[in-house]
Amino acid sequence: MTTAIEINCTTGEVSERQLTTAELAQREADAQAYADQKAADDKAAADKAAARQAVYAKLGLTADEIAALAD
Amino acid sequence: MPNTYTLIASNTVGSGGAASVTFSSIPATYTDLLLNISARSDQSGVNRSFKVQPNATDITAKRLGAEQSPMITYSDSGISLYLPGTGATASTFGNTYTYISNYASSTTYKSLSADSVNENNGTDSGLMLLAGLYSSNTAITSLVCTINAGNFVQYSTFYLYGIKNS
Repeated sequence: MTTAIEINCTTGEVSERQLTTAELAQREADAQAYADQKAADDKAAADKAAARQAVYAKLGLTADEIAALAD
Repeated sequence: MPNTYTLIASNTVGSGGAASVTFSSIPATYTDLLLNISARSDQSGVNRSFKVQPNATDITAKRLGAEQSPMITYSDSGISLYLPGTGATASTFGNTYTYISNYASSTTYKSLSADSVNENNGTDSGLMLLAGLYSSNTAITSLVCTINAGNFVQYSTFYLYGIKNS
């Protein structure tokens, strides 16, 4: 079920209806955009972590020293 | 909470869930608005998202976000905020505060800020700080909260406060 709730702040009236076809299409587009954004975010975070790890490796730090820097 | 905060309207989602919650016909009698949301998604995964649109329009935003990985920053259109999905700890609800300054102005763009957290008793969780801009001189008379997939679950709550500067 895809219900839209609307609260009229002037009258206090609360109404419920089903989403329109256009609203459903927009929602699907938003879901895809979010998935794409999240994938990009996750990749950016992974790349950043890998780059940081590479620097640690160059510095010759121990695992405990790396952990201390990450906290 | 200061006594300048006035509850304009609220809603608790019922047993069927809801894909969107809209506050319409917001009176122009306040200085700022605060939208306080406690919500959870019925979709899989830990971190799910929803958006808040002034006058049903996407805003531009700069976001600072973190999950279990290093913190990242990015720009986007729309306003993606966190809420927990079914992969998060059972019965936990995320918190989101959205503050909109000078929402009734008909001569300026409206800035807003939001902080959003995804509650989860596990290694994966989410935090989002957002600075946004509604690039229109049109007064904000409605706020539309739309989940990107599925529904806001039962007992998700939406509170809209009006704030006067005097």
